[in-house]
Amino acid sequence: METYYILQNYWWFIMSVLGALLVFLLMVQGGQSMLIQHRDETERNLLVHSLGRKWELTFTTLVTFGGAFFASFPLFYSTSFGGAYWLWMLILFSFVVQAISYEYRAKSGNVYGKNFYDILLLINGVLGPVLLGVAVAGMFFGAEFTVTKSNILNAQAATISNWGPLHGLEAIANWKNLLFGCMVLFLARTLASLYFINNISDRVVRKRQRFILSWNAPIFVVLFLATVTVLLLSSGVAVDPDGNAQWVPYRYLTNYVSMWWCLVVLLIGVVLVLFGIGKTLMKKDYLCGIWPAGVGTVLVVLTLFWVLGYNDTAYYPSLLDAQSSLTIRNSSSSEFTLTVMSIVSILVPFVVAYIAYCWYAMDHDKLTRDEVSSDNH
Amino acid sequence: MNDLIQAVDWARAQFALTAIYHWLFVPLTLGLGVIIAIMETIYYRTRDEKWLKTTKFWMTLFGVNFAIGVATGLILEFEFGTNWSNYSWFVGDIFGAPLAIEGILAFFMESTFIAVMFFGWKKVSPKFHLAATWLTAIGATLSALWILVANAWMQYPAGCEFNPATMRNEMTSFWAVACSPMALSKFFHTVLSAWTLGGVFVVGVCGWMLLRKRNVDHCKRSLKIGAWIGVVGIILTSITGDSSAVTVAKYQPMKLAAMEGLYKGSHEQAIVAAGILNPAKTATNDENPYLFDVSIPYGLSFLATHDPHAFVPGIEDIIAGRSYDNDGNEINTVSYAERIERGKQVQELIAQFDVANRASDLVAIDSLKKAINADFRYFGYAYLDTPEEAVPNVPLTFYTFHLMVTVGGFLVAFLLLALLFAYKPKLVEGKKWTKAWWWLSIITIPLTYVCSASGWIVAEVGRQPWTIQDLMPNKVAVSDLSAGSIQVTFWIFAVLFTALLIADVSIICRQISKKSQEDLG
Repeated sequence: METYYILQNYWWFIMSVLGALLVFLLMVQGGQSMLIQHRDETERNLLVHSLGRKWELTFTTLVTFGGAFFASFPLFYSTSFGGAYWLWMLILFSFVVQAISYEYRAKSGNVYGKNFYDILLLINGVLGPVLLGVAVAGMFFGAEFTVTKSNILNAQAATISNWGPLHGLEAIANWKNLLFGCMVLFLARTLASLYFINNISDRVVRKRQRFILSWNAPIFVVLFLATVTVLLLSSGVAVDPDGNAQWVPYRYLTNYVSMWWCLVVLLIGVVLVLFGIGKTLMKKDYLCGIWPAGVGTVLVVLTLFWVLGYNDTAYYPSLLDAQSSLTIRNSSSSEFTLTVMSIVSILVPFVVAYIAYCWYAMDHDKLTRDEVSSDNH
Repeated sequence: MNDLIQAVDWARAQFALTAIYHWLFVPLTLGLGVIIAIMETIYYRTRDEKWLKTTKFWMTLFGVNFAIGVATGLILEFEFGTNWSNYSWFVGDIFGAPLAIEGILAFFMESTFIAVMFFGWKKVSPKFHLAATWLTAIGATLSALWILVANAWMQYPAGCEFNPATMRNEMTSFWAVACSPMALSKFFHTVLSAWTLGGVFVVGVCGWMLLRKRNVDHCKRSLKIGAWIGVVGIILTSITGDSSAVTVAKYQPMKLAAMEGLYKGSHEQAIVAAGILNPAKTATNDENPYLFDVSIPYGLSFLATHDPHAFVPGIEDIIAGRSYDNDGNEINTVSYAERIERGKQVQELIAQFDVANRASDLVAIDSLKKAINADFRYFGYAYLDTPEEAVPNVPLTFYTFHLMVTVGGFLVAFLLLALLFAYKPKLVEGKKWTKAWWWLSIITIPLTYVCSASGWIVAEVGRQPWTIQDLMPNKVAVSDLSAGSIQVTFWIFAVLFTALLIADVSIICRQISKKSQEDLG
């Protein structure tokens, strides 16, 4: 039982890491959302080429995040995806249109014209971060579902996870969720500016991106403070040792206090993000802001997942029936499956290493106008 | 109840739509990936710029096709959760693992190295670039491996046990899941059929270019690689098709019976090489199953068991629980009516277990668990209203199976000829039928797609009404959604995928036309 407990915690940690990396990589979507701000065709092509070498990493992280959730916490996969149907379908729609746009936009014979694909990139750039933010916010603020596993024995109404009639539309209309989503969008745009400044060796692009950063970053900081305030003042569902769940005020604030190391990591993360943004804005020759801001983003998101799932807290509270809330104990896979998956996860550092090496090899020489104009792919 | 049935039908339609569109693009990625890697290897070894140009030509087409395969694949994975939420809980403990492994081991490999493959020509060494191209192809194949392991498990749920405390199936042996006979035959059969498609695609595109007399040398180079991969692919696909048939006969006899439109089986059972089914025939009447048929004696017995004298049960035999050994002695298997009854008894025991579990009645828990495990294999039958509900759509399974086999047979001959002509081009050049041959090679491309899609229809429709063979029918696996909601998303994705397919085909055609006019050496 002890081993099972550790494995459940370990897999929540893995999900936290994947979630944090996904948020960092949403810089690709942030970059797409600002393509229309570059009216010059060559400048826009530079941005697209820069993002075009990274979009698949974001995409793959999203897919792996989904797959890992399926494998480690299948009740979440079953409850959230089947329940918040419209929310997830909109997210999927926005990512499907992204996947083809980079490859098709500049190719002759693409039927709908370059602008059409740029609009698709914009749709994904805005909808992707906002709706993923809404989906994650639902894990903090709760959703309208009930879970009754024994329903499986009722042939007439066998669904074990039942949701309200709006099937996720109510989550999109919730102001707290939207606030969270908008915060993620402006974080993605801020990170995108820092990434472009680092990745594209072009005076005009860097100047324009610094300008965009100068107003995006303050909006992000305001939204971040508002979101954190709402989150810390919110109730959460706590579960006692007998498995009884109930709503408790200031649950996430309490978790930050009782797990003090989360608070420390959060503060380090916030400082790193602010450092990356601040130094980039203040020093014109500083190009590496993406790295401290990126690491900071990962640290902050990690702590959000930790206070969400650890310390006997339900990571997916039910607004209809607290007892139906999902915890890392009642929603996880079996000990055997988690063990198998843990053995597979030993390979993760190797995967991270080759991604890092390829990123280094490809980005060692920064992207220039000459390279873009000579690329015939 | 009517709304539930409609929701099930629409959820099935949505999944089928996504899967069929996805499978239009994936086999070309798998096949062309290997072909490109071989071409680049030749370039790396010879440093002949002509091979570099040839590699880049096919790489462009690979890239266009790859993107849309990625797009449709994303939906497919998440649809297990959105449309089949009960399924996701009931078997997520087993089914989720291959998907997660696919993400960690295969998708990251593909997505990382494909960027190097396309943009790294001047940024990394030729050796590293070649490795990236191979790793992209290997990543795509590994991805296919894990998703096919997952699919094979739905056909033959091995390595698991039902846990009544959690109301789900839980994995007991990873290797039984990953290396089941169904998984191995499915993986090799599917991936090798993708090689076939890749080979046919190269031969067909070269045929079009040769019709217009463009880049003849480039075509000759490409034809050799394409035809070899195609021939190896189709021959091994045929061999693995045989092992697939044996596996299906063993674990999914109802599917095999539907593939052949066989209602009453016999020893030394003939196989229908071609035929027209009688639409009036059902499992409950005595109509003749065929309006017309051409049969090969002993064929099905041999195909299914490798023994020409063996008994092969038909649909009515399986429902009635009839089977015979080689001496003609009757073997009583469990009839479907009895399976339904025993399934209901198991479900009743699980309900009792639930009560005992809540009351922490350890004695009752222990005895009930043993009773549940003894008959759990009939669990899913409790959801069936009649035994005949377990019969899949026979015409669709029968015709797609025969279409697949017929086109597959044609492909063996076509690709062997293509290989011969690749090495002896004078046999085909300057003849009266030269143009006809190249036109045939172009027409063979869509034919191969039809063949490939037919194989999947046989595999999936033949399993109906089960989402997981014998354990969970579709109507229990589906999410709690209205038919209207799924209908809306079905049409949205139908329009979207069709629009993207049009763009995909248009770009590929334009790229072939444009690049074939460049000097490819």
